[in-house]
Amino acid sequence: MGLTAVNRKARLPDLSRVPAVDEVGVNERVARFQSRSIKKAAKVDALKLILSMIDLTTLEGQDTPGKVQQLCQKAIHLHDAMPGLPHVAAVCVYPTMVATAKEALSGHDINIASVATAFPSGMSTLSVKLDDTRMAVKAGATEIDMVISRGAFLSGDYRFVFDEIVAVKEACGDAHLKVILETGELGTLDRVRKASMLAMYAGADFIKTSTGKIQPAATMQVTLVMLQAIRDYYYETGRMVGMKPAGGISTSKLAIHYLVMLHETLGNAWMTPEWFRFGASSLANDVLMQLMKQSTGVYQSPDYFSKD
Amino acid sequence: MATPENKLAFDGGWGYAPAPESTDHIQVKKRYGLFINGEFVAPEKGSYFDTVNPATEEKLSRIADAGDADVDKAVAAAREAYRTTWGRMKPAERGKYIYRIARIIQERAREFSVIESLDGGKPIRESRDVDVPLAAAHFFYYAGWADKLQFAFPGRTAKPLGVAGQVIPWNFPLLMAAWKIAPALACGNTVVLKPAETTPLTALKLAEVCRDAGLPPGVVNIVTGAGATGAAIINHPGVDKVAFTGSTNVGRIIQKALAGTNKKYTLELGGKAANIVFADAAIDQAVEGIVNGIFFNQGHVCCAGSRLFVQESVADEVVSKLKDRMETLIVGDPLDKNTDIGAINSRMQLEKIESYLKIGKSEGGEMHQSACRVPKKGYWCRPTIFTGVSQSNRVVQEEIFGPVLAIQTFRRFDEAITKANNTPYGLSGGIWTDKGSKIFKMTQSVRAGVIWANTFNKFDPTSPFGGYKESGVGREGGLHGLDAYVKLGV
Repeated sequence: MGLTAVNRKARLPDLSRVPAVDEVGVNERVARFQSRSIKKAAKVDALKLILSMIDLTTLEGQDTPGKVQQLCQKAIHLHDAMPGLPHVAAVCVYPTMVATAKEALSGHDINIASVATAFPSGMSTLSVKLDDTRMAVKAGATEIDMVISRGAFLSGDYRFVFDEIVAVKEACGDAHLKVILETGELGTLDRVRKASMLAMYAGADFIKTSTGKIQPAATMQVTLVMLQAIRDYYYETGRMVGMKPAGGISTSKLAIHYLVMLHETLGNAWMTPEWFRFGASSLANDVLMQLMKQSTGVYQSPDYFSKD
Repeated sequence: MATPENKLAFDGGWGYAPAPESTDHIQVKKRYGLFINGEFVAPEKGSYFDTVNPATEEKLSRIADAGDADVDKAVAAAREAYRTTWGRMKPAERGKYIYRIARIIQERAREFSVIESLDGGKPIRESRDVDVPLAAAHFFYYAGWADKLQFAFPGRTAKPLGVAGQVIPWNFPLLMAAWKIAPALACGNTVVLKPAETTPLTALKLAEVCRDAGLPPGVVNIVTGAGATGAAIINHPGVDKVAFTGSTNVGRIIQKALAGTNKKYTLELGGKAANIVFADAAIDQAVEGIVNGIFFNQGHVCCAGSRLFVQESVADEVVSKLKDRMETLIVGDPLDKNTDIGAINSRMQLEKIESYLKIGKSEGGEMHQSACRVPKKGYWCRPTIFTGVSQSNRVVQEEIFGPVLAIQTFRRFDEAITKANNTPYGLSGGIWTDKGSKIFKMTQSVRAGVIWANTFNKFDPTSPFGGYKESGVGREGGLHGLDAYVKLGV
């Protein structure tokens, strides 16, 4: 593969200059975010914002066009009983389901995200990963969620991981690239921070915590470290990069804590679906239930909220 | 590095709606007498002073101003209780009472937190999560020692001293009362305690707790008043032991007054702690530690990390991150659960802090404050940092006792240590590095009572606390804290 203007410009950063991370301090900071009290109008605004930031996801071996169509209907009709709700940011599916999603979402302003690059393990050759990416883009994906090669990263071959991201970014064309670090396999917050910087310098539009297939998936701790890396990268380059925690965020309360963390770490500019996403399959209904509670004063039965 | 073009924006946009803690459940009387011999009594001369809410300048209650005759009565009650009940009680029984006090504080934690924030101006988050739980923890901890003193001092007998006269400051009103009363009672002493005149309410509520716990009359006496009342307690011939927390100036006066007497004493005085950030530190967590070190409790902390030393190679990064972090600090209503920085404790203290801001600027320091809005009424000071200052400047040398940080840079380890020690104080210090050996080297070379490594302002009843040099005499807390309240024999 010949080098293009894009990947010749990308330079592997000096990862030894990435600041260390102290886990105890990170835990303390996270506890502070969790002790914020978000009430009334601030809560309603937060809940609506959360809905608009959701990447409604189905990533299962048993996925079928039927299942994906149903998910897309949910994306379009979150809860029609409540007018004025935003729609979710995207649906997130496997590459073979992109065409189905595109058809189901036609005429709606909802992005189609596709995982690619031999998701979730990433254990394949670069050419297979690039084909996977191109196929998803060609089928209509507007966003690509790639995985990094954790094995190579853990063995210290940062150059390999970097070049792979650069190549996938190029294969994405106009599609936005989210780079999944799979933090549950990286093991330490120091590595999370280094991997974040590496991914951003390689051209990531978003960095994302997890595939959802490995435990632990997203935690506030890793998300904070990644947000701080985004801030450092922004300080250094002036380029904004988005953040997507994925997996394990299923309640409104937790999602609001993530918003508080985003708000106090990166500020207002990032408080939009353009720069922050939740990768989640069951979060939306809990948010809807809380929104109904805020407007009616009572909790409604889960049976009133559609499950797709 | 952050340039003006790529700065983060924290103002406007999504904000937190007010989340005030309710005050419906608290009981504050219109007027408080002196708690002497198990009951509230009017002061002999009948004079009272106001205690105000520093966030609104509204009066909360009228507080008795104790004169010499009242102090006489309190000391006599304490002496009598020591002689007839408390001093002779089985240690295990004493422990039961102290446990009971601890439990009642826990049960009334919400009321204590709200009153502490109303009277003192500190954010409810801190009184709820730090002051009140720690106060209860001190009583629990020392209750456990009451019948185990023989193990605290192996091979020796530990006898109580008698009557302890205790004078405490306004920055941690309930917690300081707990620090003083708990070890005194555990060792079999009785107490005459004076809370600060700007923050007497939680000590008076603690008096109610002592009464409700069934503590024998006279074991704990709370007398309120200003400096003259404190002097009367300390100079009283019936007092066997003096415990004081406050300014170094007053500490000096007390030490002079006590010279030549047989009174045992502990003094916990001022500080100007060095907080040292090395280039290899976890920078973002260090920034949190800097914030916690100087802005915790509006900087009204004797062990505050008020002198920051940053290694030059990371100084710009640390300062710029600190400035961004300061923008996210919420200054305002102490009762709001989201408030990070509350009201300055009193008008007098605010004036003192403001005079230092002027001094800092006139000395050539560059002052930066967060852009937050502060309420019109009440006493407020935005979080403030000074850069471009040095050891030669007064804002670096003197204790400001407010949310004001003086930042200096250094190049080498030994330079940082020299500057850290270049102060008459020696209460606390902090070090931020990823390297363990540096931590040990620093703890050996900085002359301060507490050194925090990769954290700051952490307190625990099991840990001794106290100063070197002009930061004080003696230790409070932990096993060491017992020593101040016993007479050791063989």
